Amino acid sequence: MTVRIGVVVFPGSNRDIDAVNALQVAGAEPVILWHEQASLEGAAAVILPGGFAYGDYLRAGVIARFSPVMRSVAAFAADGGLVLGICNGFQVLTEAHLLPGALLRNRGLRFVSRQVALVAERHDTPFTRAIGDSRPLRMPVAHGEGCFYADAATLDDLERDGQVLFRYARADGSIAGETDDPANPNGSMRAIAGVMNAAGNVAGLMPHPETAVEAVLGSADGLPIIRSFVESAAQRAAGPAPVAVGAR
Amino acid sequence: MTLAEPVTPPVEEPLHRRLGVTDEELDAIRDRLGGRDPNDLELAMFSVMWSEHCSYKSSKPLLRSLPTAGEGVVAGPGENAGVISIGGGLAVAFKIESHNHPSAVEPYQGAATGVGGILRDIFTMGARPIAVLDALRFGDPSSARTRHLVGGVVGGVGGYGNCVGVPTVGGELVFDPSYEGNPLVNVMAIGLLEERLLTRAAAPGPGNLAILFGSTTGRDGIGGASVLASATFADDDPSKRPSVQVGDPFAEKLLIEASLELIERGLVEGLQDLGAGGITCATSETADRAGTGIRVDLEAIPRREPGLEPFEVMISESQERMLAIVRPEREPDVRAVCERWGLPVAVIGTVTADGDITIVDGGREIARIPASALTSDAIVHERIASPPAHRRLAPAPGAVDARDSTLPERGMDPGAVLLALIGSPNLANRRPVFEQYDSTVQANTVAGAGHGAAVIRIKGTTKALVAATDANQAVGAIDPWLGAALSVAEATRNVSITGARPLGVTNCLNFGDPTRPAAFWQLSEAVRGLGDACRALGLPVTGGNVSLYNESPSGAIAPTPEIGVVGLLEDVGLVVGPAFEAEGDTILLVGHATPGLAGSEYATLAGTAAEDGPPALDLALEAATQAFVREAAGRGLLASAQDVSAGGLAVALAESALWADDEHGIGARVRLGVANSPAVDLFGESPSRIVVSTRARYAPALALLARHHGLPVEELGTVGGDRLVVELAGAGATGAAEERGSRVADALDVPLSELRHAWETGLSRALGWEGR
Repeated sequence: MTVRIGVVVFPGSNRDIDAVNALQVAGAEPVILWHEQASLEGAAAVILPGGFAYGDYLRAGVIARFSPVMRSVAAFAADGGLVLGICNGFQVLTEAHLLPGALLRNRGLRFVSRQVALVAERHDTPFTRAIGDSRPLRMPVAHGEGCFYADAATLDDLERDGQVLFRYARADGSIAGETDDPANPNGSMRAIAGVMNAAGNVAGLMPHPETAVEAVLGSADGLPIIRSFVESAAQRAAGPAPVAVGAR
Repeated sequence: MTLAEPVTPPVEEPLHRRLGVTDEELDAIRDRLGGRDPNDLELAMFSVMWSEHCSYKSSKPLLRSLPTAGEGVVAGPGENAGVISIGGGLAVAFKIESHNHPSAVEPYQGAATGVGGILRDIFTMGARPIAVLDALRFGDPSSARTRHLVGGVVGGVGGYGNCVGVPTVGGELVFDPSYEGNPLVNVMAIGLLEERLLTRAAAPGPGNLAILFGSTTGRDGIGGASVLASATFADDDPSKRPSVQVGDPFAEKLLIEASLELIERGLVEGLQDLGAGGITCATSETADRAGTGIRVDLEAIPRREPGLEPFEVMISESQERMLAIVRPEREPDVRAVCERWGLPVAVIGTVTADGDITIVDGGREIARIPASALTSDAIVHERIASPPAHRRLAPAPGAVDARDSTLPERGMDPGAVLLALIGSPNLANRRPVFEQYDSTVQANTVAGAGHGAAVIRIKGTTKALVAATDANQAVGAIDPWLGAALSVAEATRNVSITGARPLGVTNCLNFGDPTRPAAFWQLSEAVRGLGDACRALGLPVTGGNVSLYNESPSGAIAPTPEIGVVGLLEDVGLVVGPAFEAEGDTILLVGHATPGLAGSEYATLAGTAAEDGPPALDLALEAATQAFVREAAGRGLLASAQDVSAGGLAVALAESALWADDEHGIGARVRLGVANSPAVDLFGESPSRIVVSTRARYAPALALLARHHGLPVEELGTVGGDRLVVELAGAGATGAAEERGSRVADALDVPLSELRHAWETGLSRALGWEGR
C-alpha cells in the first residue's frame, strides 16, 4: 500500500506543485492539507513546501506558524511524526521553533535562483538514508531569505550533535566557504543548507530536492532525499515505535 | 465631477482635451450617443476606452492584414490570449504585452504589474500560467538612469514572478541608446489548459450576475491607459506617478487559484480580468463580445478608501481584480470559492439585453453608453505613413561589398574582437539578471533562462512547450520591414533548433508617435514584415499588443517589434540544446554568410555605422533551414544546435563551447572558408544559419539531409580541447586584405578560460554590479 504524505498548502505556497510531483515520482500518495484545517488526514508524514506563505510580507514564515494546520503539525512533530520543510517550509519551521537557527536575507541581498551542489553530512537519518554515496547532489535553490544563522555556541552544538544534515559544496565535493564563495548561494554560516531537530524527526533545507527528481529537469539528485523521507514514513506507518535516530 | 489633482493643469482647457480626447473624437462620441453630449463620467469612460492603449485606433487598420488562421487555433486576436490546441485535449494559451511607460515612471511597480497583468490574461482563459519570459530594453548601461531602471525592473519582474510561483524562463536584455529616455518592458506569459475548460471573456445571458472578486478598488492607476500609455512624456514627471498601478503578487496567487477553481467547477459563464480601463473596460468588452449590456451598481463595488468619485471607481486600474459572469443560482458557490481564498467578492451588476453599459449610483442612472461604442465601434484613425527622407536599404540578395573589414584592417586580432564582443553588454552572459528570477518552480523547466529558447515539459505527457522572444531593433532602425521579418525568423529559429515545431506568434509592437508620418511608416512597414514572415513560415498571429508614443525628449525608440513564439516538442527526450556535448563530435555550418554588417553587434563595437546595409533575408531559405533542423533533431542526429545571430558565427561557436558545462566548457577547432571577408564571415549576422554538432559517424547523413532541403552545408571541424580555434581559409581571408595592405591574422585562437571570464563578467561590469 502506498504511504500517504501530507503537503501543507498555505495561501501563497507555490512549490506545493513540485512536492506533489516528487512524492508521486517516489511512489507515495500526496494529500493536500489546507492551512485552515486541523486534521492531518492520517498522513504518515508531512511536507511544508516552498513559496511565500501568506505573502511573507512581515518576515518569511512568521504568520504561517499561527495557522490551524501548524498547530497540528507541531503536535504531530512532538509525537515523533516526520516533518520536512523545504525553502519557505524551512523558514516556517524555524519561526515555529521546531528547528534551530534562523534564515536571514541572502548576504548578496538579492533573490538567488541557480543550481547548487550540496553534500549530506549523515546517511543514517530518515531524510538521508537512501542517499547511496557521498558525491555532491545537484539541485536548484530559489530564495531571497536563505542565509542560515545561529550563534556560535548553537552552531557548535548542532555540529556536535549531528544535527547538520546538508552543507553547500563545490563541484568537487569540498565544503563551500561562508563568504565570497559562489558555491554558497546565500552566505549561510558554516555553509549549512539543512538541519534537523535534536529528536531527529523534523528537518528543513533551503535547496529544492523536490524539483530535482527527474533527469529531464536537469537533475534527479533530489530523489534520494524524497525517497528517504517516503521510505521512513512508510516504515513508521507499518511498524509501531519510531526509532530514535537523533543525537549520536 | 472633480478631477484628481495631478491631472489638473493650471490653464483651464475643455475637459475632453484634458482627458486626451480630441475635438474630432468628441464629435465621434456625440455620434455614438445619438447626438447628445457625454456627461463628465461618460467622457472619462470614453477617454480611457478610446485611448491608443485600449482601442488600437491607429494600428487596427494595419493589424487586419496579419494572418490569424492556422492549424489548431482555438482563440485568436480579440481574446485575452491566443490559444492553440496541442493534442490530447490540451491547449496552450500565450500572449505578450508591454508595460513600458509605467516602468519608466516607477520601474519596480511598473514591471511587477506588467507581469501580473499578462498572467491574468492567461488564467482568465482557463489556463494555469506555466512560464514567463520578459524582454527588457534599456539605454546606456553605464548611465545612472539606466542602472536605476534596470535594478527596479529586474527587481519587479522577480519580486512578482517569484512570489506568484510562475517560473521566469527566458527573455531578453538589450541595451541601445534609443531606449535611454523610454525603456521597454515586454512580458510574455504562457499557460496550459484543458481545451474543454476554455473560457471566454464574454457576458452572455441577460439576468446573469456581474461579480467582481479579488482586490478592492482604490485610487491607484487612475487613467493609466490614457495618461501613461498613450502619450509621450518627459523624464521623471512626478505628476504621472499616481497613474502607476501597485501590484500584490500574493493577491494574484490567490486570484489564480480561485479563478481556476471557478472555471474547473463550471461556475462561471464568462471571465475577464481588470487591466487597463478597469471596470469600464471589463464590463464593456464582455458585454460587447456577447451582444449584451451590463447595468453596474456603483455602490456595490468594494472600495479601498472612502470618498472616491464615480469616475475614479469606473476607470481605476487597481490590480488583481476579476469580473465573473455568473448565473444567479450559482452565486453562493462562487462566493464560497472566493471566500475560501480570502478574496473580497461582490455582485456589482446584472447582464441586460439592451446592449448598454449603464451606471447606477444610489438608484439614479448616471451614465449610459452602448457597449460597442466603447469597444468594437471605437474610433479608428487612418494615419499618414511616409518614409523618412534619409534611410538606408538592405543590399539586394547576392550583392557583395568588400568595405566591411573594419577591425581586421586596423590590424585587430579576430580573437580580441571575439573577446570584446562576448563581453559586451548585449552578448555577455545574462546570469546576473536571470539568477534573480525563480526559473524552476512548478518542476517543469527543462531549459531555462539564458538559452535561446526555454523548454517546459508537460507533466503526464512526453511533450514539451518551447518558447522564445526576439526583436531586432538595430536592423529595424534601418529597415523596419526587415527588422520585423528578422525578428520573426530568429524567434522561430530559436524554437526550431530545439526540435520543436513553432505553433504561433504573439507580438508586442513598440513604436513612436503614430501621428508622425515617419513613425507611422515604421509601424506599417513592420506590420507588413511581420505578416510576410509569418505567412512564409506558415504561422498564425494569435494576438498581441501595440505600444505607441514611445518617445521622450531624447527622441523616439528604434522600432521594436517584439516577437513571442511558442512551439511544441512531441518528445522531450529528443530535445536539442545549444551546448557542445562530446569531444570528437563533428561541427557543421548549415547556410552561408551573406554581406551586410549594418545593425550588427560588430558594427556597434567597431563604432562605425556600417555603410553596406544590413544582411538580406530570404524567407523561403529560412523556412527550409528550420524544416531541416527540426527533421534532424527528430531523427536524433544532433548533439547540439545553435543559431547564428547576434555576434555572428564566432559568438555562436563560443556560446556552444561555454554552455557545455558551468566550469570549463568544451572547445573546438574549425576551419572556415572565407567567402566574403573575415569580418562578415566571423561576425556578420546574416540570418538562416545554424551551427550543429553531431557524432562523427552521423555527419555524412546530416550533410545529406541539409542538401536534401536545398541548403548549403559545410563541415567546419571538431569539438574538443580548451581553446576555440577558427582557421581562416580561402581567397577572402588573407589575399583580399593583403591587397589593401593590412595585416590580418589567419586564425582566431582564444583559450576558453579567457572567453568565459569575458562572458561571465561582462554584464556585471557594464552595470556596475561587480562585487555584489
